[in-house]
Amino acid sequence: MTVKLVPDVNAEKRIDPATRRLVRTGVDTVLNPYDEYAIEAALQLKEKLGEGTTVTVFSMAPESGKETVRKALAMGADDAVMLTDAGLEGSDVWDTAFALAQGLKKHGFDLVICGSLSDDGSTGGVPGAIAEYLGVPGFTNARHLDVADGRLRVQRETDNGYQTVSGPLPALVSVTMAVGEPRYASLKGIMGAKKKTIAVQTPADAGIAQPLGASGAKTELLEFAPPPARSKARVVTAEDGPSGAAAIFEFLKEKKLA
Amino acid sequence: MNFDLSDEQKAIQDLCRDFAQREVAPRAEAMDREEEFPYELVAKMAELGLMGLPFPEEYGGSDADTVSYALAVMELARADASTAITMAAHVSLGATPFFLFGTEEQKQRYLVPLAQGKMLWGFGLTEPNAGSDAGNVQTKAELRDGKWIVNGTKAFITNSGTELTGGTTITAVTGKRPDGKPEISNLVVPQSTPGFTRSKKYKKMGWRASDTRELSFVDAALPEENLLGKRGDGLKNFLIVLDGGRISVAALSVGLAWGAYDQAMQYAKDRHAFGKPISAFQAIQFKLVDMLCEIEHAKGMVLKAAWEKDEGRDFSMSASLAKLFSAEVSRRCVNESLQIHGGYGFMDEYPISRMYRDQKINEIGEGTNEVQRMVIARMLGL
Repeated sequence: MTVKLVPDVNAEKRIDPATRRLVRTGVDTVLNPYDEYAIEAALQLKEKLGEGTTVTVFSMAPESGKETVRKALAMGADDAVMLTDAGLEGSDVWDTAFALAQGLKKHGFDLVICGSLSDDGSTGGVPGAIAEYLGVPGFTNARHLDVADGRLRVQRETDNGYQTVSGPLPALVSVTMAVGEPRYASLKGIMGAKKKTIAVQTPADAGIAQPLGASGAKTELLEFAPPPARSKARVVTAEDGPSGAAAIFEFLKEKKLA
Repeated sequence: MNFDLSDEQKAIQDLCRDFAQREVAPRAEAMDREEEFPYELVAKMAELGLMGLPFPEEYGGSDADTVSYALAVMELARADASTAITMAAHVSLGATPFFLFGTEEQKQRYLVPLAQGKMLWGFGLTEPNAGSDAGNVQTKAELRDGKWIVNGTKAFITNSGTELTGGTTITAVTGKRPDGKPEISNLVVPQSTPGFTRSKKYKKMGWRASDTRELSFVDAALPEENLLGKRGDGLKNFLIVLDGGRISVAALSVGLAWGAYDQAMQYAKDRHAFGKPISAFQAIQFKLVDMLCEIEHAKGMVLKAAWEKDEGRDFSMSASLAKLFSAEVSRRCVNESLQIHGGYGFMDEYPISRMYRDQKINEIGEGTNEVQRMVIARMLGL
């Protein structure tokens, strides 16, 4: 499955006005929380399919992210590949998907499982784009997945419920939080993770010839702005209970809520 | 000199913090009120490998080090002292005697299920009339026809009467030494032993969800092979176990102090007086800073003792210093945190009132502050 490393979700985020990139220094790096659901889905599938199934963590990240990738190994994944190069910094959706697809092709796979979006960029565009570059069917927003007889069967979340779709392997699927709460890494998993392999792949290893990263990006961030500050709440001071209730009712009526 | 935790230690700390805040903290209040033993949490801790944290994999453990153990206990205690002591007493008092002194057969039979967290075990040292003077053991065991016949009483024994408890290891006088002093040995007493009974749970001021009972032995008959360690080494061996136990209680104290600090910080930011959060007032800021200072100090002492143990060095002095200081830090921190909560701290409404009650035992259990000072003074050659 693919995972992204993101700044600590609880940290206050800041964008550097000069580079228009998220400031990552001084902020802990964690696994993208959405990707933890992809790990959970992959481990559930492995438990169901049994021996002979390998779960590989695939991440495009700087080498300093190795210990964060190891958390996915502690949760139970078998090994990891990190696609690493300074030239990949500043990649946009296109860059990222293209590079991951080349890396995945080189490594080989039956099924790619992704989280549905990242906590930092939140584009949600990468899974679909990887599927496109891989030339395999892409199933997005899966709440449940199953593999049988060489085919993937997926329940896709929709606004009103879900649809069941099926397609041949190899394939790509992105999962939602409905696949199940990500498990804790057990102590055995943590102690065992240091013995698992994290292979490093360079763009050259993956057969990528053209420049990627900021220089190859097809999109450009033009402007950014912090979320608008919340408007001040209206404070109602009432003489007593009934007049207070009446004031609240008036307010709700005004907002067409009552 | 390097203060960084290893990757595994950091990962174990993160796991325990996550688990404690998500699973333990939300249940703490109800468990305390109902004096409800945390069976479900024990099962989850067993699944995560916490119940056998420092023991080798071959005996069902997780093979982690003492520093990781101390970090785990701190994180649990930060959320709930009862859950933390249940785990800590299990590891450092219940299972450790088998690990240190058990025969291979005893390890397979007892340590493996204990490390897997499938069974709990008590540590029976204290008696109604033998607390700080732990050597004044009154419980007697006589070897008759290949059986130990035990008579006596043990007091305040943690994890001794849960549905998961397999038994308790006790100290008992098994004879007289050549110098005329009592010979004290350790005996393994399974729950099913005829003549061995447990009282109802004590009504406690704190640690209310943990299981603490009085044990009584009336002609309780044990097979001769239930001796743990060498005959006559019972007190010495239990005191060795207690040295490690001091790291446990020190870590519990730091965790509790840290939890009290968390609560104070949150409350100080939320609570407004005179038109601003009370955290904006220097009187409150100074309290918070002083708490953090003491917690960092105590944490450093606990981790140093744990590190010395991992390095195979003599850690008695460090563990005693850490235990004594941390216990007193926990008292000052719960007190200041409650003070910051004001009147609400005195109500049974915020976690701080439970923490305040849970604190006192840190200064009593596994060697009172006074005994700790005596022990340290003795080590100084005074």
